[in-house]
Amino acid sequence: MTIKIENLNAYYGALQAVADVSLTIQECAVTALIGASGCGKSTLLRCINRMHEIIPGALVSGVVRLNETNLYEPQADPVAVRARVGMVFQRPNPFPTMSIAENVLAGFRLRGERLSKTESQETVEHALSAANLWSEVKDRLKSPGTGLSGGQQQRLCIARALASRPDVLLMDEPCSALDPASTGAIEELLGELRLAHTVVIVTHNLSQAMRVADQVAFMATTSAANGGHLVEYGSSTQMFDHPAQSATQDYIAGRFG
Amino acid sequence: MLHIAKRRTVADRVFTGGLIACGVLAIVPLISVVWTTLSRGSERLDIDFFTQSMRGITGAGGGALHAIMGTLLITASATLIAVPIAFGTALWLTEYAASTTSPAVKALARTVRGVIDVLAGIPSIVAGLFMYAVIALTLGPGYRSGFAGAVALALIMIPVVERSGEEVLARVPAELKEAGLALGAPQWSVILRVVLPTALPGLVSALLLGISRIIGETAPLLLVAGFTDSMNYNLSAGRMISLPVYVYSQWQNKGVDAQAYDARAWSAALVLLAGVLLLHGLAGLVIRLQRQNRQVRRARR
Ligand SMILES: Nc1ncnc2c1ncn2[C@@H]1O[C@H](COP(=O)(O)OP(=O)(O)OP(=O)(O)O)[C@@H](O)[C@H]1O
Ligand SMILES: [Mg+2]
Repeated sequence: MTIKIENLNAYYGALQAVADVSLTIQECAVTALIGASGCGKSTLLRCINRMHEIIPGALVSGVVRLNETNLYEPQADPVAVRARVGMVFQRPNPFPTMSIAENVLAGFRLRGERLSKTESQETVEHALSAANLWSEVKDRLKSPGTGLSGGQQQRLCIARALASRPDVLLMDEPCSALDPASTGAIEELLGELRLAHTVVIVTHNLSQAMRVADQVAFMATTSAANGGHLVEYGSSTQMFDHPAQSATQDYIAGRFG
Repeated sequence: MLHIAKRRTVADRVFTGGLIACGVLAIVPLISVVWTTLSRGSERLDIDFFTQSMRGITGAGGGALHAIMGTLLITASATLIAVPIAFGTALWLTEYAASTTSPAVKALARTVRGVIDVLAGIPSIVAGLFMYAVIALTLGPGYRSGFAGAVALALIMIPVVERSGEEVLARVPAELKEAGLALGAPQWSVILRVVLPTALPGLVSALLLGISRIIGETAPLLLVAGFTDSMNYNLSAGRMISLPVYVYSQWQNKGVDAQAYDARAWSAALVLLAGVLLLHGLAGLVIRLQRQNRQVRRARR
């Protein structure tokens, strides 16, 4: 599923966080959003599933198309949009009152969709396998999701998002709270997910962006009041080897130091 | 050097000793209350006490069944009235009013908080007087009922439960709510299936705290539920006595055999004390279980 972002502006009250971003994100690929802290990466990401507007006073203008349908057309229902797009957060956040299996099925339960017993079992196995977690937890599906290690918890959250079979997966620094081994496991997983999903990942770790991303978008702000704009967007090799903009070059050089 | 070190240990010892003394001093009244109630209350803690009312009794004998039933009925109905209002208000304040930009809703939330603060501050006798006035104006000055008492107690209970409930709900991590919303759940569903289950142990202890706050209330019940020597299972009409009012009436209106009245008063006090301690124990247990759960989870991480 292609994501077409056109002239997107996002605000927190009077503060503009994203300024006039236009960007076409390819389907079945991993796109990394990079840029300095506070340049609006998370905000832009949260505009792709209409999560931005849950913050009081938040505002969005512009167009985000998933395969031609505009998520922001007046009759679009934000709740329905979020069900179609998966999201993984910086800190693993499994529901503490639910077991591993219940966490995977949480989307259905929270949306009030009923699954038969076999459907539930299949969904749990499928989603956990897709998140590379099945073999580690298949004997303790009924134990609490919060009893897993941090990295396992994050993969459980990925499974929870994948269970609803979204075409798009949004990830906001999914590895920044994890140890290197768990990070490796998730990067490996990204390589598999991109075969069938459009993945957008925010990361501060440029080596990670280099390893996992097909496309890279670099954002920056000129001043805090202006909001982040898109500086440059291209394939990973082009962005890291021959960036066209000097700002991109400086950011990458500074980061790799 | 040695000299100074010695002085330090002496100062240390004196200080520690002082602290221990303070601690002991604080427990003494509690132990003495429990001990006195236990020793004087156990005399009449017989089967009759739990199976008979005071109907037709003027000397020894009789029991407090009517008061125990009254306490259970009045406390239960006060809880049934107060809890939906208190938790509903707490939910509205934390989940809706806290994340609005509408000035009207913000103003309303401020007003509601103000009303809760005032309610928390009013003396219980005033809540009783208020109910008394309401009843006198609507049903006539002579009307007494357990239900009127329950409403007065609910007025006292609402701010207690609302405040601690609000605190508990505010502690539910925002990340969990976001995770729920990001899965495409409507907000009411996130509240019902994520926020409330996560907050449940805290809400239960808020509830128990509220009950233990009202179960010993005497003044408002004296005014609107009155006292009686007979059984009354009907909340909606007729005088209904509760344990604290029973203690008071036994103490106040002693018959010829004063000793029998004293003994009954102490026994009722003992039953009440046991009930309150049980509630506190339960609340503590709920909190401990929750903490243990968290520790297990952290340890596994
Ligand atoms: N809830 C909020 N309310 C008000 N302003 C916010 C809020 N969240 C973010 N902002 C502001 O919006 C701007 C963009 O924030 P955003 O979180 O999108 O940046 P980011 O690129 O994700 O940064 P980081 O790399 O640190 O996560 C920043 O100036 C930030 O201070
Ligand atoms: Mg961010």
